Parts: sequence; structure tokens; C-alpha cells
Amino acid sequence: MKDEASAWTQRYERAFQLYPYARSADQDAKVPVRHPVVIVGGGPVGMALALDLGQRGVGVVVLDDHDGVGQGSRAICFAKRTLEICDRLGPGQKMVDKGEQWNLGRVFRGEDQIYEFNLLPEDGHRRPAFINLQQPYFEKFLVEEIRAAQAAGAPIDIRGCNRVLKTEAAADHVALEVDTPEGSYALQAEWLVACDGANSPIRDGMGLGFDGRVFEDNFLIADIRMQASFPTERRFWFDPPFNPGQTALMHKQPDDVWRLDFQLGWDIDRSAELNETRVRERVREMIGERDFDLVWTSIYTFRCCTMDQYVHGRVIFAGDSAHQVSPFGARGANGGMQDADNLGWKLAAVLTGGAPESLIASYQAERKHAGLENIKNSSRTADFLTPRSPAHALFRDAVLDMVQDHAFVRPMVNSGRLSAPAQYEGSPLSSADALPGGPDRTKPGSPCPDAPALSGYLLDHLTRATVLGIGTAVPEEVTLGAVRLKGLSIPADPMVSERYLGSAAAAVYLIRPDQHIAARWPQFDAAALAAAVDRMMGRAC
Amino acid sequence: MLITEPNLGNADDFYAALLRAHDGLSEDETHALNARLVLILANHIGDLETLDQALRIARGTQVEADATTS
Ligand SMILES: Cc1cc2nc3c(=O)[nH]c(=O)nc-3n(C[C@H](O)[C@H](O)[C@H](O)COP(=O)(O)OP(=O)(O)OC[C@H]3O[C@@H](n4cnc5c(N)ncnc54)[C@H](O)[C@@H]3O)c2cc1C
Repeated sequence: MKDEASAWTQRYERAFQLYPYARSADQDAKVPVRHPVVIVGGGPVGMALALDLGQRGVGVVVLDDHDGVGQGSRAICFAKRTLEICDRLGPGQKMVDKGEQWNLGRVFRGEDQIYEFNLLPEDGHRRPAFINLQQPYFEKFLVEEIRAAQAAGAPIDIRGCNRVLKTEAAADHVALEVDTPEGSYALQAEWLVACDGANSPIRDGMGLGFDGRVFEDNFLIADIRMQASFPTERRFWFDPPFNPGQTALMHKQPDDVWRLDFQLGWDIDRSAELNETRVRERVREMIGERDFDLVWTSIYTFRCCTMDQYVHGRVIFAGDSAHQVSPFGARGANGGMQDADNLGWKLAAVLTGGAPESLIASYQAERKHAGLENIKNSSRTADFLTPRSPAHALFRDAVLDMVQDHAFVRPMVNSGRLSAPAQYEGSPLSSADALPGGPDRTKPGSPCPDAPALSGYLLDHLTRATVLGIGTAVPEEVTLGAVRLKGLSIPADPMVSERYLGSAAAAVYLIRPDQHIAARWPQFDAAALAAAVDRMMGRAC
Repeated sequence: MLITEPNLGNADDFYAALLRAHDGLSEDETHALNARLVLILANHIGDLETLDQALRIARGTQVEADATTS
């Protein structure tokens, strides 16, 4: 048995062992045990969703085919919206404490800086625009939060070295066959969420497509550890002397680790490029004569693909299994976290709150829209970095030729359009905008912008469905059937006014459990609220 | 709206200036100049619909929509 388990965990090196194999009573059950939710895959998306569901009291089992987080940073840039989601779930502060904050991006061509940008975060938000943090830490902090939630009674069960071999869909459940170091067992899920990554075995097993574009390019990642006083900023090169004709990126991570990323082109000898001597040579050409350790190297190619439908009966796809983007723009894990944020409360409402299944259909509408937006942005960056034809290269070079002297071309330089939260425009859960003069950024479908409020921050208070009165009082609690809304009244302070009132004197907002806006009015209107809540819960779809 | 009626004060002067700008350039340099010129003029026009119309006329057909936005 010991050898069996080690064969499972030796497939790839792990950064942290977080959920070693342990026998579950389900493996000895005579009849397959049925759970409300089974999540396949314990990456960032699966773990975030499990935590969300568990905190809502929904029984959830996470099956992962390994026993911890794989070695290698992969994602390093985590966006404000992700941190806000993590604040709601718990581990946000840990991430910010460990992470590196940055605002400045410099773009070079050859040896010269051609322009720089500042993320210029808006004042009055608890969280910065971005932090850099190695993905293994991100996942570890989520799992630690799950452990704390379990100790407090949250019904979450993580099973390491549990590989899903087969799924079979029925009308009201999904049957699973799960392999373990001690043999396979059967399990059932009322809802199955496939968070099993870009190569999703669940998707393949169901014969579902994953269409899009493959980009003909290779990138070498070298994460190195070194003592250097370079500032914490994003540096990006077109055609640098140390990687002629290609691009390169340098970005700081915690623990004195730096992400170096070299564009290699399409026709390369992978194993020669991954040879340690060759990698060290490249690194030295970039950073000069300093001491460094190689922490992780990898060559990646990428594609931008999406499933057509993210919901198939009782099987739901979230994260990379549903959509995959190029790493430029940091839209992968950040997009996946928004999937989890969107899905958690809906599944909970359907399973325990009597909401109709049409609420789940809105996950498809909202997150497919977001998935396409992420793919569009990340494909455009890839097209700028990897021109597909001489004509494409011509225009890219024309932009770079002019950018130093002419401000008007700066917006065309595309070394990554960084992840921003999706606006669910036209969502079936939103009610028509009924606030004359209300700002665009807070119209129904929008994520709530943070603002200072109640001697803290507004988002800290939006932890469940809320009726928010700004400059007007709302009841402290509103109960509409199975839906209990928190009532919150706050004064119309300047930043709150600017973001939520515009030219209106006061407003009442209906806020979803995922901190998106469902409806807004100039004053409290019980009948309008009841209709909007019905719509928000999928009863008007 | 793209102006498709004659609009240059002196078409011959512009045409001559365009040729002069390319005189003595290699083929690569000529292409690069044209590319820069397109970007400069596009920024001046600013309106996406007008530019789309210009692209369609220049190409002689419907330009393929951004494959990923469809
Ligand atoms: C080089 C690189 C840089 C990146 N940089 C960024 C960045 O800066 N910011 C960003 O937001 N994103 C970034 N990304 C993308 C990010 O890493 C992914 O989007 C993210 O990991 C997706 O999370 P996920 O939970 O959907 O899937 P994954 O992290 O892939 O997790 C899937 C899990 O499912 C498990 N699994 C698979 N099959 C089975 C099975 N049959 N049974 C049980 N378990 C199974 C796997 O073991 C794995 O644990 C980057 C990616 C790369 C490659």
C-alpha cells in the first residue's frame, strides 16, 4: 500500500503535501454514497469553490489525483477581484501579506525603455490592483482556510490520490468511478463540478469539444532565486539584446524569486532549450554576472479555447477545464476564481434554498460571456507578441517605431491586458437599471467597486445577499420566501457617492452573494425589491 | 461616416507628396512607412465605424471578423 501511494505521488514533484491519501468510509460502503456536490480537481478553482460551498453548509467532496500542490509557480499575478473573493472566503489577508505588490510596468525595445505604465490603483479600495504570489502558496492558503472551516464544522472533504476514471450522467445525479492507491470505488454526486484543468479528463470522457486557436510559439520560464535590488515592477522587452528578435519578461515574486520568461519561437529543440546549462546561459545573458539558483524551469505553448456550453445536465465545468487563455494578462486563475465566485452561491441556493435549476443556467450565460472576453483579450496580446504573418509584423513594428515619440500609439502596445472582473451585461439575473443619473460602473451586472465605508471598507460588509441603502435607510433584514437579505444603510460619503450615486441623491442597491449588482433604485420599494430578488434567484429566467 | 466623395483640396499635390515620401526607400522601408502612415491617419480619424468602412473598401471585401469575438 505504501509503495502504491508513492507511485501516485511521484508523477510530479509537489511544492506542498496538503491532502495525503486517507481511506474514506465511502470506499467500504455497500451502496455508492451520494453527495450534494463532488468537485473533480483540487487546483485553485476547485478549492475556492469547495470552501465557498462548505461555508454555505453544502456538503462537498473534492477529489484530486495528487496529494498536494505541484512544484512550479505557474500563475504569479493575482488581481484585485481575486483578492476580494479571497477576503470573502477568508485567506485574502494572508495572500496580500505574503505577496509582492507592484504598480509600475516598463516596456523596452532593444535596450531602450519605450514606455511605462502605472496601474495607478484608484484610492479607497482595501486591495491593490495586483499582487505577485506563487500559485502553490495561493493554493496552500486556500487549503489552510478549508482546514479551519472543517474544524468549525463546514462539510468539506478533500480526498487526495483519488482519480476520477469515469462518470455517468443520470437525470438527478452523476455516478463516478474513482481510483485510489487501494483500488477503485463508486460514488455519486447530485452535482458534479469539473475543475480538472485544461486537459480535463471529464470533458474528454464526455466527448465534449474545446475549440479555439493554438498559438505557434514557445516560451521558456525560468524562475530564479537571487538577491537583487531591482525594483518590484514588471519589465517587458521587445527584441532585447539577450533574446534577439523575441520578447522577454521579468517579474518579482516573494522569497527573492524572479520570473524570467523568454519567447523562443516555434521551431525549437525543446530538450536542448530545457538543458540546464543552456537555461543558465540565457539567464546570465539577461541578468549579468550575479549568483542565482534555478527554482523552476518549464517550456510552455498556449492555446485560447473554450467549451461551447459550461453546463451539461448535472455536470458543470469551471476554470481551465471550461476555458483556457494565454498567460499574458493573467486571466487564467483570475478568471477561474470568478467562475467559482459565480457558481458557489447558485449551487447552494439550488441545493438548499429552493431556487430553480435555471439559476445554474445563468452561470453559463454569465461566465461564457466572461470567458470569451478573456479569450479575446489574451488572443490579441498573443497576436501582438507573435505576429502570424509579415503584414502583422509590419504593423507591430510600426507601433514600436513610433511609440517613443508619439503618445497616440501607446495604447496599441500590447504586452498584456491585465485581468479585470467581468461585467455581466444583459444577465438574466439583473433587473433593468432604475437609478436615473447612476454611474455606469455600478449598473446592474457590475461587480461592486470597493469604497471606504463604516470605518472600514464596503466589500467587507457585502458577505451575503444585501439590500444596500446609500444616503437612505433600508430595513435591517428582509425575508422573501427562502431568501434572507441583509439590510445595510450607509452614508453618502464622497467616494461612495462617486461610485454608486453619480448625480442621484440617494440609492438602494440589491447586491448578489458574489458582490455583483442585481438591481438599483432611487429609494426603497418593497414590491420592486421582491420582483428583483425573484429575478436574481433565477425565477424569472 | 467615411467620406467617399472627393475631399482633398488638391488631389495632385497630395499624390505627389505621397510619392515623394517614398522616393529612395527600399521595399521594406516603403512598407514600414505605409504601416506608420495608416496608424497615424487611423488615430486622426478615431471613429471605429468609419475605419471599418475604410478597411472594407481597401480590402475590396468584407474583412474577416476577429475570429475570437464571433
Ligand atoms: C506559465 C503559466 C503562467 C500563468 N500565469 C498566470 C497568472 O499570472 N495569473 C493567472 O491568473 N493565471 C495564470 N496562469 C493560469 C493558471 O495557472 C491556471 O488558469 C489555473 O491553474 C487553473 O486552475 P484550475 O483550478 O482550473 O485548474 P488546475 O490548476 O489545472 O487544476 C486541476 C486539478 O485537477 C486535477 N485533476 C485532473 N484530472 C483529474 C482526475 N481525473 N481526477 C482527479 N483530479 C484530477 C489535477 O491534478 C489538478 O490538481 C498561468 C499558467 C501558466 C502555464
